Amino acid sequence: MNFEFNEEQMMLKDSIVKWAQDNYSFEQRAVSRNNDEGFSRKHWATFAELGWLSVPFAEEYGGYGGGVVDLAAITQEFGKVLITEPITPTLILFGGALSASVDDNVKTQLIPQIIEGGLLGALAVYEPQSRFDVSNIKTSATASGDVYVLTGSKSVVLGGGVADQLLVLARTSGEQNDETGLSLFLVDANANGVTRSPYELMDGQRAADINFDNAVGQLVSELDQAYEPLMNVIETASVAMCAEASGIMETLNRTTVEYTKTRKQFGVPISSFQALQHRMVDTFMAYEQVKSLLVGTLCELSDENTSVLRASKVVAALRTLVAKNGKLIGDEAIQLHGGMGLTDELTVGHYVKRMMMINLMFGNADFYQDKFNQLSYGQS
Amino acid sequence: MNNSFSAADLDFQQQVRAFFEIEFTPELRARANDGRDVKGVAVEWQKKLYAKGWVAPGWPKELGGTGWTPVQKFIFETERCNAGAPDVVPFGLKMVAPVIIHFGNDEQKARFLPRILKSEDWWCQGYSEPGSGSDLAALQTKAEKDGDHYVVNGAKIWTTYAQYADWIFCLVRTGNFEKRQQGISFVLIDMKSKGVTVNPIHSIDNHHSLNEVVFDNVRVPVENLIGQEHQGWTYAKALLAHERTSIAEVSNSKRNLAEIIELAKQQTNHKGRLIDDPHFQQRLSDIEIELMALEYMDLRVLASMSAGDTPGPEASLLKIKGTEIQQALQELRMETIGAYSASLRVDEFQNELHREGSSSRKEYMYGRAATIYGGSNEVQRNVIAKAVLGL
Repeated sequence: MNFEFNEEQMMLKDSIVKWAQDNYSFEQRAVSRNNDEGFSRKHWATFAELGWLSVPFAEEYGGYGGGVVDLAAITQEFGKVLITEPITPTLILFGGALSASVDDNVKTQLIPQIIEGGLLGALAVYEPQSRFDVSNIKTSATASGDVYVLTGSKSVVLGGGVADQLLVLARTSGEQNDETGLSLFLVDANANGVTRSPYELMDGQRAADINFDNAVGQLVSELDQAYEPLMNVIETASVAMCAEASGIMETLNRTTVEYTKTRKQFGVPISSFQALQHRMVDTFMAYEQVKSLLVGTLCELSDENTSVLRASKVVAALRTLVAKNGKLIGDEAIQLHGGMGLTDELTVGHYVKRMMMINLMFGNADFYQDKFNQLSYGQS
Repeated sequence: MNNSFSAADLDFQQQVRAFFEIEFTPELRARANDGRDVKGVAVEWQKKLYAKGWVAPGWPKELGGTGWTPVQKFIFETERCNAGAPDVVPFGLKMVAPVIIHFGNDEQKARFLPRILKSEDWWCQGYSEPGSGSDLAALQTKAEKDGDHYVVNGAKIWTTYAQYADWIFCLVRTGNFEKRQQGISFVLIDMKSKGVTVNPIHSIDNHHSLNEVVFDNVRVPVENLIGQEHQGWTYAKALLAHERTSIAEVSNSKRNLAEIIELAKQQTNHKGRLIDDPHFQQRLSDIEIELMALEYMDLRVLASMSAGDTPGPEASLLKIKGTEIQQALQELRMETIGAYSASLRVDEFQNELHREGSSSRKEYMYGRAATIYGGSNEVQRNVIAKAVLGL
């Protein structure tokens, strides 16, 4: 039994901490965050040089061969400094879906480009009517000679504005809401028939609504069978985001405790008030719960004996806990900072907004708790 | 990162499981559940554990302990809970014995430890007083030296099973110093001594386990003092850090949760099976998800203990979360059974649901104690605030 990151993972984490200390202060971050693309291409090139972009990819494509634990190791550190560079859209979502693809030529061609920092991608799944349901897909793909043509709309595609390539979930057969009949297509983001409307999200990340009007796509999954592999990608991404959230929670709690020690009211530091101390203990415990369930989830997902059902149940539990405890920690961080917690100048609000974003990705607390209930106690 | 036990540990788990299967007989289980013969059941069960050499996993091997690793102790506790077997009564084996072992002299060890090991003496704990609960250092029970005796006057309260006890271990005030924690001594008092009175306290579960123990000029031989005079506080604190492996009671709670799910499959409400009610499912998973987190919290502490670390404020965290979850489960169990929980006593005219309901309510009522005893959860929060957050 061992719940610690191993030596290599610690080195990976240390390299992120060290880089961030020199290059990613809150002020430095604001500069790249506020440019047109919402991140720094220079930093992205550095990430490639430092090998971070190779972490989740198989060795045969030039990757580091990392698993979900390695991914969590790095996203936890990225969470602590609120990286706005497109790690989640390119590396975890696009990269994850690409790795799950059955088209080896595409993988051989594209994965090395991601690792080198030359390719940005996005995964386009959800549609205006989908909410959190991956099977609720109307975008259609029709065979036309060697390729397919796609028509439909995708909403809030993370990193969709800057992406060079898109992986798009589309319906090749069946009815809307059918899990079978969905396939994954590689679409050039600048191809004819692709219209992108990019915008900024509350946490500084960028997304786009994307319209496909007879856009040409290349099938990269088994025909009609993309649902399950994509759900696995989302599951892994979920855990990576929960690791990121744990880094955010730790930072919020630390910042809040430090603040209450310096802020004086009624002639004393407000940290001397027991009412506030107990609230900070509760947020500390909320973080410890998340940290514990996170390492538990990482262990279970890395264990080949874990059943698919159990894995889904643990991930659903983790996402529910992260959503609930993340909200508690965020709310308390703002409350204990008083009026200053409302200012854009302090870091607190920025961490809270990223946490809110994470809790909206793929499903919120209610969605995941409902999923947990179904998996544990049967259909309600 | 991995959460699996070694092959040797899995082998040990099989041995432990087999032991409980054979030794915790249906007859003993029935008497344990019935709850009327607390002492008889405890003594009989502890003697079986003693015969196997497993009654005192926390003791050094040469004194009758098992020499188990933290993981083995954890496995033993888990299997015990899964089997539904009772824990040993802690006052002798888990509370006073470690203090005697660490701070007592050879004569005291020879006199008390073998009898504790064989369950020949029943012990109770004399810490809390009417005026001293969470603020233990405020204790007032006085012990004044008179020749080769101490003369003890005062009262202890919330003394569990004092009505059965042969001995009580007490914190008493032997001197007044600037620091209140000084001047407290750790003494062992024979319950048969002249001047000891046990007054029962009936609790809200309609049961008698708690007592007040009054000392009126009780003469205690000085050889019953453990360690140095005035240093008792240090010993008591050292004891609190002991036996932390199962504080969260994860296995008990997992068992309770599984039983609640089974009960909810049998219960129906106006819409069908209770287990299918989304509102009920939500309440269940609110608890189950926290319990999953607690289990890994517990295992993390176990892993760090296996690596040689002593648990510090993590114990407070496990205590708070563990007891909150226990209480939430007790409440849900009672509500799962519904109106039968109102049943006051169980007699032969009533059906299985009456028995289930009555015992669930009883556990719910007495379960309120869990967030109060062993340092109230508010005191535990103070501990975390100071130790972890530096507040």
